[in-house]
Amino acid sequence: MNLNAVGIVYRKELTEWLRDRRTLISTVLVPLLMFPILISGMISVSSILLGNAKKEIPKVMIIEGDDSPEVLKALHDIKDLQFVPYAENWRDQITDKEIRAAVRIPKGFQASLQNENSQTVEIYYYEGEIKSEFGAEHVEKSLTEYKDKIVADRLKAKDLSASVLSPFEIKKENTAPPEKVSGAGVGSFIGYMVIILSMTGAMYPAIDLTAGEKERGTMETILSSPVSRLELVLGKFLLVLSASLTTAILSVISMGSSFYFLGHSQAVASSGDHGLQMNLGWISILAVFLMALPLSVLFSAVLMTVALFAKTYKEAQSYLTPMTFVVVIPAIASVMPGVELSPKLALIPILNTSLVCKEIITGTYHWHSILVIFASTCVYAAAAIFLAVKMFQRESVLFRS
Amino acid sequence: MIEARSLCKRFHDKKRGEIRAVDNVSFRCEPGKIYGLLGANGAGKTTTLRMLATILEPTDGTALVCGYDVVEQPEKVRANVGFLSTATALYPRLTAQEMVEYFGRLNGLDEATLKKRIDDIFTRLDMNEFRDRRCDKLSTGMKQKTSIARTLVHDPPVMIFDEPTTGLDVMTARTIISFISDCRSQGKTVIFSTHIMSEVERLCDNIGIIHDGKLLAEGTLTQLRDNYREHNLEEIIVKVVGPRFANSEV
Repeated sequence: MNLNAVGIVYRKELTEWLRDRRTLISTVLVPLLMFPILISGMISVSSILLGNAKKEIPKVMIIEGDDSPEVLKALHDIKDLQFVPYAENWRDQITDKEIRAAVRIPKGFQASLQNENSQTVEIYYYEGEIKSEFGAEHVEKSLTEYKDKIVADRLKAKDLSASVLSPFEIKKENTAPPEKVSGAGVGSFIGYMVIILSMTGAMYPAIDLTAGEKERGTMETILSSPVSRLELVLGKFLLVLSASLTTAILSVISMGSSFYFLGHSQAVASSGDHGLQMNLGWISILAVFLMALPLSVLFSAVLMTVALFAKTYKEAQSYLTPMTFVVVIPAIASVMPGVELSPKLALIPILNTSLVCKEIITGTYHWHSILVIFASTCVYAAAAIFLAVKMFQRESVLFRS
Repeated sequence: MIEARSLCKRFHDKKRGEIRAVDNVSFRCEPGKIYGLLGANGAGKTTTLRMLATILEPTDGTALVCGYDVVEQPEKVRANVGFLSTATALYPRLTAQEMVEYFGRLNGLDEATLKKRIDDIFTRLDMNEFRDRRCDKLSTGMKQKTSIARTLVHDPPVMIFDEPTTGLDVMTARTIISFISDCRSQGKTVIFSTHIMSEVERLCDNIGIIHDGKLLAEGTLTQLRDNYREHNLEEIIVKVVGPRFANSEV
């Protein structure tokens, strides 16, 4: 094999690829812009919704409670609530969003308090509706303060210290490193995205360099040159692999930057939502890429082999689109809660890489599994390249009519 | 030189079973001569030429091109052949110069030689005006010139043309015919297939008539005229292939 010829084919394919708007959009623009647009869109929408919800003064209805003026006064003292007169259809009004919540004070509530009997105050709201939840929270907070005040008065009357109710404190402290905490949240997502995007990045070049060449009539041109089929397929394969890795790298850079800026953005700081912040080590990211590398090789070789059977670009697309599911299903399975890496799963391509990426991101390195997965994926990838070379040597595939 | 030795190519078709596209074809073409392969559509011309260019591998038999065996040394054969057909298109996103450079490099030319050859060919074919234009922006004539430059860049001693003028306008076809004639003057071995009888009469030193994969007649135009007692080449072909030919297209 002449490596120089492989390089010549690769450089030519790279030149053509860089001039093709269609593949550039799918390989470079989509992964670069997808995450910032998605995340900033999500943030904008959620901050607008949160802002609107906070601006509104929720309307709350009190049901009964006429015989308990003290609790009514405590409720009316809340500035952020607007109380509306009682109506029979209060449930419908909550559903129709005319009022945000309702609070039922049981009969004889104040008398029960004086006799030190316990009763239940009920708050009604519409779960999942943020404005209704805000209204209910205000009511609950006010009632809790009122309850704490009564408890404090009772303790004082009996000359007891507040520590009677709290003999000891409980404090929870996290010992996991920051990357494990954040990795548990976004780790599985990153592995999933790297796998999916390394496949989608390879798809269009794989079609363009095989079925596309047949359709344009350049396959016969190149086959008449002295380059061997092996050198030709390797040059083409390296370009498809480059596209696959470029897409995966750009998407992770884009995703990492988006999360980074999100973590430091004023919007998140003000909303107090730190769950989306990412604190991943570069070693973890590099390890994920290392694990994804043989998988990219596998995708590139398989996609090229399948696309080579097609006579036209459209035909190749119809072959490769169902293949997306073959990749998406195991990738999704790996992010399901409870799916853990096991010796059997370590041999299933795609699923194994996705699972091990999840572990790597959370800072867990099971070297034995990593070795088995890397080696098995390399074997699958080598078999796929071998198959691609064999298919390029079959006249019935190249000149299918 | 080209020497086909009992070339055979069989394909398997699900409906029709085994198809003998080329059946025991042997002929010889010497340097400085043009060999014309004539036949109806589906006669086996393209398959024969593709086997000589090593794009397809013979099922049986072989051929020698410049002394290299098409089965044993296909890369060496391709390094000595320039192959041009209407099916050999150009890369749309490369410029005319990049297209020719690509094939020059694949043929192992060093950069200095490549530059010299490209400058020479582009000047000879009057291509300098569009050398930096992308192939998808070229006119049919410009594309055909670029294809010729692509086949010439490594100065191959053997040229194979498969229906090179099909679908081309008169002026572009004339360029091709003139180019084929020049190849003979330069001492190259040339083989080409065509449907156009005037091209054969004007160019070919030897003619082979192929039908149903078999080479049915061979000789110079004069020999064929004498053997079949016909002056018109079309009539000669009809006589050679018999009544089956009446329903076919030349």
